[in-house]
Amino acid sequence: MNEQKTVVKVGIADLNFVKAPNVIRTSGLGSCVGVVVYDDRKEVAGLSHVLLPDSSLARQKEFNLYKFADTAIPILVTKLLDQGARKFALRAKMAGGAQMFTSSNDMMRIGSRNILAVKEMLEHYQIPIVASDVGGNVGRTIEFDPETSRLKIKKVNKEEFYL
Amino acid sequence: MVYSKLTSIEKDVLREIGNIGAGNAATSMSKLINKKVDMQVPSVNIVTYDEMMDLIGGPEELIVALFFQIKGEISGNVYFILSTKEAEELIRKVTNQSNFLLEDLHHNEWALSALQETGNIVTGAYLSALSDFTKLNMQPSIPFLSIDMAGALLTVGLLEISQTSDYAMIIDTTIRSESDSGIQGHFFLLPDPSSLSTIFQGLGIADE
Repeated sequence: MNEQKTVVKVGIADLNFVKAPNVIRTSGLGSCVGVVVYDDRKEVAGLSHVLLPDSSLARQKEFNLYKFADTAIPILVTKLLDQGARKFALRAKMAGGAQMFTSSNDMMRIGSRNILAVKEMLEHYQIPIVASDVGGNVGRTIEFDPETSRLKIKKVNKEEFYL
Repeated sequence: MVYSKLTSIEKDVLREIGNIGAGNAATSMSKLINKKVDMQVPSVNIVTYDEMMDLIGGPEELIVALFFQIKGEISGNVYFILSTKEAEELIRKVTNQSNFLLEDLHHNEWALSALQETGNIVTGAYLSALSDFTKLNMQPSIPFLSIDMAGALLTVGLLEISQTSDYAMIIDTTIRSESDSGIQGHFFLLPDPSSLSTIFQGLGIADE
């Protein structure tokens, strides 16, 4: 076995999937939330980079479903099951939802609304959140390894740690 | 208004807006640091969210950003962006503390307010030139300062836009001081989609 580890990158308002031995990463999460849903034994995972909490905010006729928590997470779960994950075995880890600039402005406090929206969707699908690092006022880069089910979190000027 | 349908004349106008704003900003920056400050030709970029981060070195790039929200006849967001080295150099020049280190910023009230105030003056000059040129009213918020990953900081400016568009239009202008340790600052102006037709109408360009 000399499999190469590939890093699957997920952009802003994007989602993607990964199977071991590859890992999946999204960079520079601020108020956005990165949510990983995975099946530990099957070693498959999906990562969604959510920008906004609710698609009712959309003022476009056709919009990118990956942008909003309420439209992205159903796709994340459905496609994960298509890839062989088992519904009862699904677990979630999440990070992000920071407030990058201190202000009383509603839009600037979108981070906490994103966290809430993601939690509600996971609850709806009865997927337990086993670990999270959310809120605060710092950016995060996260990387998930489906082989170990560990989520690596990197912040500015701080060492990396695992959830 | 859909960004992708901008005509070349409209793009020229937006570039000119960047030009005028940055010219004024360069003058005010020059007065603050007692050095000649030049500006580069602005570019008008219509980009995806991910491409926006690449304009500044990728989503993980550590940047110093001053963020302003604009309300009024033109609404949108403005960033004044410096690299950490440049911000450090700028603070040294403005405060005459030649050994200042950026990592001490949050323990140094003086340096912090110097940086904030410099950003405020320079961005104020940028915006007032825009306002004079378009004869449209713009009210900037107070400056919000943060030092963090570009992705984390720049998405704040996308939140409003992202409800109506999957692209952002950025008028990107750079000013640069003439010295060995050149301080280079980026202005990112992101007008809300709804403000574009207001700008064009204000300047007497037919909006077909």
